[in-house]
Amino acid sequence: MSYQLQFGDLAAYAGMFASGAAVTLALTAASTLLGISLGIAGAAVYQSRHAGPRTAVHAYVEAIRNTPFLVQLFFVFFGLPALGVHIGEYTAAVLAMTLNLGAYSVEILRAGIEAVPRGHREAAAALAMSRRETFVHVLLPQAFAKVFPALASQIVITMLGSAVVSQISVADLTYAASYVQSRNFRAFETYFLIAGIYLAMALLLRAALTVAGRRLFTRNMRGAR
Amino acid sequence: MEHQPNSLQRRRWLAALLAVPALTFFAAQAANADALDAITKRGTLRVAVPEDYPPFGAVGPDMQPQGYDIDMAALLAKSMKVKLQLVPVNSANRIPYLQTDKVDLVISSLGKTPEREKVIDFSQAYAPYFQGVFGPTDIKVGGPADLNGKTVGATRGALEEIALTNMAPNATIRRFDDNNATIQAFLSGQVQLIAAGNIVAAAILAKHPPREPEMKFVIKDSPCFVGLNKNEPQLLARVNTTIEQAKKDGSLQAMSKKWFGQPLPANL
Repeated sequence: MSYQLQFGDLAAYAGMFASGAAVTLALTAASTLLGISLGIAGAAVYQSRHAGPRTAVHAYVEAIRNTPFLVQLFFVFFGLPALGVHIGEYTAAVLAMTLNLGAYSVEILRAGIEAVPRGHREAAAALAMSRRETFVHVLLPQAFAKVFPALASQIVITMLGSAVVSQISVADLTYAASYVQSRNFRAFETYFLIAGIYLAMALLLRAALTVAGRRLFTRNMRGAR
Repeated sequence: MEHQPNSLQRRRWLAALLAVPALTFFAAQAANADALDAITKRGTLRVAVPEDYPPFGAVGPDMQPQGYDIDMAALLAKSMKVKLQLVPVNSANRIPYLQTDKVDLVISSLGKTPEREKVIDFSQAYAPYFQGVFGPTDIKVGGPADLNGKTVGATRGALEEIALTNMAPNATIRRFDDNNATIQAFLSGQVQLIAAGNIVAAAILAKHPPREPEMKFVIKDSPCFVGLNKNEPQLLARVNTTIEQAKKDGSLQAMSKKWFGQPLPANL
């Protein structure tokens, strides 16, 4: 057990790691915006009076939550072209990540909405608020505040899980690492380095989300209490 | 003294010492005896063939070995008018089988390297083996320069991927982690072209896909040779004549079409 660590071999690829990290962050940002929107839409449908749309959302949530992300990604990238739908690797990655995060956030938001006390709904009804108004102004803000830490965790999980998009040749951080270690055979150093970068990015993302959550919801919570 | 050898013991030692070079001399003689004569006398040609390396050699649905190398061995046995005995080997033991005289020839997708040339002899090339860029007929590519703006799928870290990265810096190379993903990306149209070995292209062609990988250009050529023991000029000449004839009369061409789905490259 005498392995000579040589991080110097990685210096030449610094630009590649940087652009890989940027791609990972961009993918995460895009799929967070789209995925959370999808989650809100799904949660809204769950409040619907009609059973049909509710069943459809339920089927989507179960299908995504009970299949591996890698399989979903391959389905989008390799499977859809067979149906005549050609999408590039970046679009495929964002689509798969969005669908994945969307399904989880539907469930997280639904839990938040169910945790809003019944009296708030009744109060909204007494004020003659429509179902849509009740959802937008009463249920959703409180649900968001309650489940924000869980949602933030899910976003971080999505970012970390995005490592597999390197499998469909998206040049993210893991792709950069695979490329570098196929050239300099320094697998240990390479993966050690990107593990560190992922860790730093995850901690920063979590911190940023916590700050944002505090800004967005503290006043709201105070008002609600 | 106990350790002092008496004269009888000394004489035995001397005899033994003399016998060693004599035995090696006879052994060398046996190996030098013409291998072609030995084959004819025996009435069988013993050939080391791959047992698990399609389309060169693999066990067929009828449990019989089949492949390009098997056909080549049969061709040689036929030209020598002897029976054929196939000896399945793997890539690690194929040369030792030859050196220990368990086989007369190695026809096992064997490439030529300076290290191997030190221990065995090689015939002419008998089979194409190369890494190249493949793609559908409607994409016109004649060399690395034509790859500008085209997407090429390749398996990360594979010989052809590393070589192509240097040859075509302006091509968009999409790298996948294994051969299957690379093949899938090509078949599903996610990449326009594929960089792969001719064996991989043959395997894709064998399944008659909607997008057929046609040869565009060669990245690296390393054809296969028949391996035989050193100092066997007669056997070597015989093998070479047979290969030359097979090239002329079209039997190699037919074998290439049959096993690789493509005509022989012009340089073979």
